[in-house]
Amino acid sequence: MAIYVLRKLAFFLGAVFVASVAIFLLIRAAGGNVAAILLGKDATAEAINALSHTYGLDRPLPVQYYDWLVKMAQGDLGQSFRTKEMVSELVTERLGVSIPLALSGLLLGILIAIPVGTYAARNVGKLSGAVLALISQIGIAVPVFWAGILLSVLFGVRLGWLPTGGWTDWSQSWVGAIRSLVLPVLSLGLIMAAVLIRYVRSAVLDVMNQDYVRTARAVGMTRTQALLNVGLRNASLPIVTIIGLQVAELIGGTVIIEMVFSLPGLSRMILANVAAREVIVVQSTVMLIIVFVIAVNFLVDLLYGILDPRIRNAT
Amino acid sequence: MTSSSGAPAIEVRDLVVTNGEVTAVRGVSFSIPQGGRMGLVGESGSGKSMTALALMGLLPMGWSTRGEVLHDGVDLAKLSDKALSSRRGRTLSMVFQDPLSSLNPVRRVGDQISWVIRHHTGVDKRTAEHQAIAMMTQMTLPRPESLMRAYPHEISGGQRQRIMIAMALACYPQLIIADEPTTALDVTVQKQVLRLLNAAVSERGSALLMITHDLPIIAAMCDTVAVMYAGRIVEMGPVRQVFRHPRHHYTRGLLDSQPTMDNFALDGTSRLVSIPGMVPPLHALPDGCGFNPRCPAASDRCRTIMPELTGDTLKSACWHPIARVDEVAAQ
Ligand SMILES: Nc1ncnc2c1ncn2[C@@H]1O[C@H](COP(=O)(O)OP(=O)(O)OP(=O)(O)O)[C@@H](O)[C@H]1O
Ligand code: SF4
Ligand SMILES: [Mg+2]
Repeated sequence: MAIYVLRKLAFFLGAVFVASVAIFLLIRAAGGNVAAILLGKDATAEAINALSHTYGLDRPLPVQYYDWLVKMAQGDLGQSFRTKEMVSELVTERLGVSIPLALSGLLLGILIAIPVGTYAARNVGKLSGAVLALISQIGIAVPVFWAGILLSVLFGVRLGWLPTGGWTDWSQSWVGAIRSLVLPVLSLGLIMAAVLIRYVRSAVLDVMNQDYVRTARAVGMTRTQALLNVGLRNASLPIVTIIGLQVAELIGGTVIIEMVFSLPGLSRMILANVAAREVIVVQSTVMLIIVFVIAVNFLVDLLYGILDPRIRNAT
Repeated sequence: MTSSSGAPAIEVRDLVVTNGEVTAVRGVSFSIPQGGRMGLVGESGSGKSMTALALMGLLPMGWSTRGEVLHDGVDLAKLSDKALSSRRGRTLSMVFQDPLSSLNPVRRVGDQISWVIRHHTGVDKRTAEHQAIAMMTQMTLPRPESLMRAYPHEISGGQRQRIMIAMALACYPQLIIADEPTTALDVTVQKQVLRLLNAAVSERGSALLMITHDLPIIAAMCDTVAVMYAGRIVEMGPVRQVFRHPRHHYTRGLLDSQPTMDNFALDGTSRLVSIPGMVPPLHALPDGCGFNPRCPAASDRCRTIMPELTGDTLKSACWHPIARVDEVAAQ
C-alpha cells in the first residue's frame, strides 16, 4: 500500500505542477497589459510602468511564476489590485456557499443513485427497471439551470416554502443559510444522480453476472444477499472511479446553480474578477479549484486502494 | 446429515431447462444414491453445466426449469430462492471450474470459508475460524493460519481451487456437484486437487456428481456415468460397462476420441479419431435422435423419431445399438 500511495502522491504533485504552469500562462496570455487596463485610456506610459512595477508585473514571467507558487504554498493567495482585499479572505467568504452546495449536491446525488441504480439493475428486463432507466436518461438531458428553474417555480413560487434565490449568510442565521441552500442542492443533486444512476446500474449489472456472485449463492446466500453483500462491495470499485471523474461535472453544475439561484459563491466571484482583470485573484482562485479537483481524484485513488486488495498489494 | 435413509442423494425426473427460445436440457432423469458417484460427460455445449446449475437453482437470468429435483425430502425445483439458499452449501454444494473468478476478489479466503460455516451452523466467529483452518489443513494447504488472511489473487490456482472445495464441503453436504473442477488448473496440480476432492468426499460419505471431459477421471472416481448429447442423456450405467461396451454410437465416438496409451502418439501417427461434424446449435436441433447427422448407423427412423433411454443396468437411447460381443457371437 505504501508504494501505491507514494506513486499516487507523486502523480498528484505532478498534476498540480502542470496545472499551475498552464493556468499561469493561460491567464497571463489572456489578461493583456493589466496595468494599462486598470489605469484606463488616458494613462501615461510612465504611470503604467510604475504600476506594473508596484505589482511586480514587469518582472520576467518565470520569476513571477515562481513567486506566485511559493506564496501559494505558504497560503498567501495574493491580493486584489483594486480593493487590496486578500484573496484568501475573499475566497473563504465564498467557500461558505460553494463548498456546502457542491458537497451536499454530490452526496445527495450518490445517495439517490446507488439505491436507484441498484434497483434498476436488479429489475432489468422488467417494467420498473426500464422506467427508472428512462427517468435517468431524461434527467441527463435536462440542463442544470432548467432543473433549478423548475424546482424554484414549484417550491418557491407555487408553494412558497423556500426562497427562490439569494443568500442568507451563516453568520446571520444558519437556518436561513440552509433554507437558501435547499433548492440549489436539490437541483444539483438530482442532476448528479441522473448521471450517476446509469453508471451504478451498469456496474451492478456487470458485477451480478460475475462468477463470485454465483459462488456466494452456491454456498448459501439468497440472490438479494449476494447482490448486497458481495455484488455491491465489488461494484463500489467502478462506482468510486466514476464519482471521481464526475467532480469536474460537479463544479460545472455548481457554477450554473450559483447563477440560477443568485448565490454569492466562488464562481460569481471569479466571473466578476475576470471582468475586472484581477489577474492574481482569478489565477489563485482557479488554481485552488483545480487543486481541489486533483485532490479529490487523489483521494478516490486512495479509496480505491483501500477497497481493492488487488490494487493495494500491487507494487 | 438430515437424510431420510434409503432415499437417493438426488433424484432428477424429466428435467427441462429452457429460456423460452431454446432448450438446453431436454428431459433428463437420473438418480444418485447416498454416497454414490456419478460422472457426467459429453462434448462442449451438451448441457452438462446447465443441468448442474438447474439442480442448484443457480441458472443464469432468464432460464427456468421444468421437472422434479428430489433431494433431502423436497423438490428443489419448486422451492423459492430463499428456501433453496438455506440448503445450498449445507445439504448440496457445488465446486466451479475457474477458482479465480469464482472467489470474491475483495474478501480474504479465510473469511469466505468461515462465512459458510457460520451462516449454516450459527457457531461463533472463533469456532468457525478453527473449523475453516481444519478444512484447509485437510486440503493440505500450507500454513493455513496465515493463508486464511490471503486474498484470492495472492495464492496459486491449485490453492484457490482447494479453498473452493473447502468452502463447498465445509458443512458436510449430502451431494457435491463438481463442474470441471480441474480444467482451469495446471496439469501438474490437477491430480493432487482431484485426490484431495476424492478423499474429502469419501470421508464425508457425500454423493458426487462429477462433470468432466476427462474420461479417465470418471473411470477413477465414479461408479456410474451418464453421457449427454444435445441436452439429453443418451447412455447411462456402471462406468465399466459404459466404457467397455457402449451401446450408443456417440459414446463409442467419445471413447475413440480420448487419448490413451494405445492410440496416442506425438509423432503424428496417432490413431485418435474425432467424431466428424459438430454439436448442433440449440436453435437447430435435428428431428429424431440428436446425434443422427453425425452417426454412422443413422437410419430414417433415427431422423424422425426420438429414441428413449431404455435398458436395465446399462440404459441407452438408440434405435440401432452397437451389438454386444455375446450378441454378435449368438448370431
Ligand atoms: N447464459 C447463457 N445464455 C445463453 N445460452 C447459454 C448460456 N449458458 C449456456 N448456454 C447454452 O446452453 C447450452 C448448454 O451449455 P452448457 O454450459 O450446459 O454446456 P456444457 O455441456 O457444460 O459445455 P462445456 O463442456 O463447454 O462446459 C449451450 O448450447 C450453450 O450455448
Ligand atoms: S438412434 Fe440412430 S442416429 Fe442415434 S445413435 Fe442410434 S443409430 Fe445413431
Ligand atoms: Mg460446462
